[in-house]
Amino acid sequence: MRSASLRKLAAGTVAAGLLLTGCGTTADGGSASGGSGDGPVTGLRLMVPNSPGSGYDTTARAVAQVQEDDDIASGIEVFNLEGAGGTVGLQRLVNEKGNDKLLMQMGLGVVGASYTNKSEATLDQTTPVAKLIEESEAIVVPAGSPYKTLDDLVTAWKADPGNVPVGGASNPGGPDHLTSMLLAQAVGLDATSVNYVAYDGGGELLAAILGNQIAFGATGVGEVAEQAAAGDVRILAVTSEQAVPDVDAPTLTDEGVDLVFTNWRGLVAPPGLDDAQTSAFIDMVTAMHDSDGWKKALADNGWTDAFLTGDEFGTYLTSESKRVASVLSELGLA
Amino acid sequence: MDALTQLINGFGTALTPENLLYAFLGVLLGTAIGVLPGIGPAMTVALLLPLTYALPATSAIIMFAGIYYGGMYGGSTTSILLNTPGESASVVTAIEGNKMAKNGRAAQALATAAIGSFVAGTIATLLLALLAPTVARLAIKIGPADYFAVILLAFIAITSVLGSSRVRGLASLGLGLTIGLIGIDATSGQQRLTFGVPQLADGIDIVIVAVGLFAVGEALWTAAHLRRRPIEVIPVGTPRMSREDWRRSWKPWLRGTAIGFPFGAIPAGGAEIPTFLSYVTEKKLSQHPEEFGHGAIEGVAGPEATNNASAAGGLVPMLTLGLPTTATAAVLLVALRTYGIQPGPRLFETEPVLVWGLIASLFIGNTMLLVLNLPLAPLWARLLRIPRPYLYAGILFFSSLGAYSVNASSFDLFLLLAIGALGFLMRRFGLPVLPAIIGEILGPFAEEKLRQALQISNGDLSGLVTPVSVVIFVISALLLLSPLVRRLLPRKATPPVLTEVGEVLEETHHHEQVVAADDGRAGRPPSA
Repeated sequence: MRSASLRKLAAGTVAAGLLLTGCGTTADGGSASGGSGDGPVTGLRLMVPNSPGSGYDTTARAVAQVQEDDDIASGIEVFNLEGAGGTVGLQRLVNEKGNDKLLMQMGLGVVGASYTNKSEATLDQTTPVAKLIEESEAIVVPAGSPYKTLDDLVTAWKADPGNVPVGGASNPGGPDHLTSMLLAQAVGLDATSVNYVAYDGGGELLAAILGNQIAFGATGVGEVAEQAAAGDVRILAVTSEQAVPDVDAPTLTDEGVDLVFTNWRGLVAPPGLDDAQTSAFIDMVTAMHDSDGWKKALADNGWTDAFLTGDEFGTYLTSESKRVASVLSELGLA
Repeated sequence: MDALTQLINGFGTALTPENLLYAFLGVLLGTAIGVLPGIGPAMTVALLLPLTYALPATSAIIMFAGIYYGGMYGGSTTSILLNTPGESASVVTAIEGNKMAKNGRAAQALATAAIGSFVAGTIATLLLALLAPTVARLAIKIGPADYFAVILLAFIAITSVLGSSRVRGLASLGLGLTIGLIGIDATSGQQRLTFGVPQLADGIDIVIVAVGLFAVGEALWTAAHLRRRPIEVIPVGTPRMSREDWRRSWKPWLRGTAIGFPFGAIPAGGAEIPTFLSYVTEKKLSQHPEEFGHGAIEGVAGPEATNNASAAGGLVPMLTLGLPTTATAAVLLVALRTYGIQPGPRLFETEPVLVWGLIASLFIGNTMLLVLNLPLAPLWARLLRIPRPYLYAGILFFSSLGAYSVNASSFDLFLLLAIGALGFLMRRFGLPVLPAIIGEILGPFAEEKLRQALQISNGDLSGLVTPVSVVIFVISALLLLSPLVRRLLPRKATPPVLTEVGEVLEETHHHEQVVAADDGRAGRPPSA
């Protein structure tokens, strides 16, 4: 009798385990086969090449949610395939040649990682679908910093780059690292002389800035906007073309530095799709972009719309790749 | 006290039937996912996020916080029963917890973990409510140099887990440090020991290493000996904690809280290093050091209290500064943002209902967890009476499930098997497993912090010297030198007979440990 109840307990545990893992790996796949006829696109899978809760993950889940709500697509399954700055996911995408039911969430970070990881799969092998959003980077100093303007900072930086450490929340090849290096090049500093301190995530970086441990930080403006509003840090400049709403800081070009650089996110599809398949993806994403749900998602998350589709996005991707490659090869990373 | 009135208002928010239900749902789900290796609270919250848009922000955050705390509880269950830590925070719990389970004391181990978690969680949440802004301001002053000093201290403490053979212990430590090197170097972007395999570029997760070495290695070892040795029946113990268990648990609970809370509050603090420090502290201070390695209850009580206290500590910088210090806190921040709430230094002023409701719900969630887990302890313990072939099959199943579900990548399964095989070989050649795991935890931390500190000072060694780090360096030096000093002092008598030398060495060794323990006690702040 006892062993029977034990067996039940064990079986129950296993069943619970299976149920939970089912949840874990198939995410929102509950209604995957629910769609019908010419209505919404069905059976779509959206790969996130890094961890749950990351920027890519949040974006991908918002994309899926809006498409569900507006019946553009139904039963989109968002799944995470982490690894090597997104290049593990990229490799998988490239391997899925001709699959018109798979999309990958990506962005600037994947561009950099494909170089630093010397990835065999590259983004020019993929089918560009759309660039969705962008976020300006901020050049930020602690509230007590002696640098009141970007000019103060650049002067000190150029005088002794080694003793003006810059922190970022990304590894070499990531957006914060690229921002620091491009800024150095734009002000006439050798990228190899930059003392870049990599922090594990925005939280640690912010702590280092608040704790006055680094001279300045380069990071997404959203990471520091609230602290800037509270007066704990000072944003000396933003890297976008236009000033960022609600952020009291000039652009780099306003400050006389010839650099426009933003972190962006978009969607790519596997290689080997024909024109009809590609335009089906583009139409789907365009319909999503035009919906009210997406406008709300942009507002809720504080994202800036930066919509570009198909070939235009492809051209943009190529030019970004070149830019990233030139910086990273100077550093011996590409 | 303003904070107290606010807290009472918070209880008003949290005690509505609806929010109580969400808190309960959260802790239940958290416990369940904590039990399963591989699926952490961060992932669960991220997956649930789109489903909770319809809920009011406060209810959703209360549920998420329940998951966060619940995960810390649940992780200990598999650590103790199956030697399969579900989260990195409960790796240390497995050391003594599983030994206790094998001695038929699983129920006591689970109970001391549950009560310890409750005690620590409650005290730490109280600290969070009363001291959050002050602690947060202090915590960000802790720089990489200070952190490096703490890790150095932890490295010295490793000697106490090396086992009977120093050489084998150090070899095992070296293995762990090597595994810790795998991946992209964050400073230069160069790949180390990845052999061109992209899946290795981010390094090997500590949970996979721990599960591989502990659980898979042991399952393979047991399988290899199953037919040759008589089956050891796991004795059936009493289901309750004895008076003695209580007596030996309460101090570790409090010390664990004292260690865990500040570490949680420090950005990059996490739970791995404080749980390990708690373990070695308990080992040093225990009146039964000989029981460590064979199932000492202090070795479960301390680390389990520590990881819950650090979970509460982790909310301090999140709520007061908008700084996420753990993956789960980062996801909680994302959740706040999607509700249009900007987490940051002004959160306490702009969203008092949410913040104090959340803090109050943490007290409630903690109580629910205790009520939920304590009666379950004897039930869980009976799981161990499954015949061993089935039990180990189950362990392998859960280990693989956990390793696979993190990334849905078959590569991780092969990795788990390879590490399991390494664990088997280590047992075969008498290498202790624990130093390898500690090495993999401490190595990358030490490197990262040392390099950050030196980068910030532009390579100048003075960058390692701060007021805090100096104090820790001095403590480390005292710990290292005290046995030497003792040896130089005149001794009472030296037995001349050659055959007794071995015994004398053993005695000296034991003596040193006692001395070190004394020093450790003397060096502690009175508040602990």
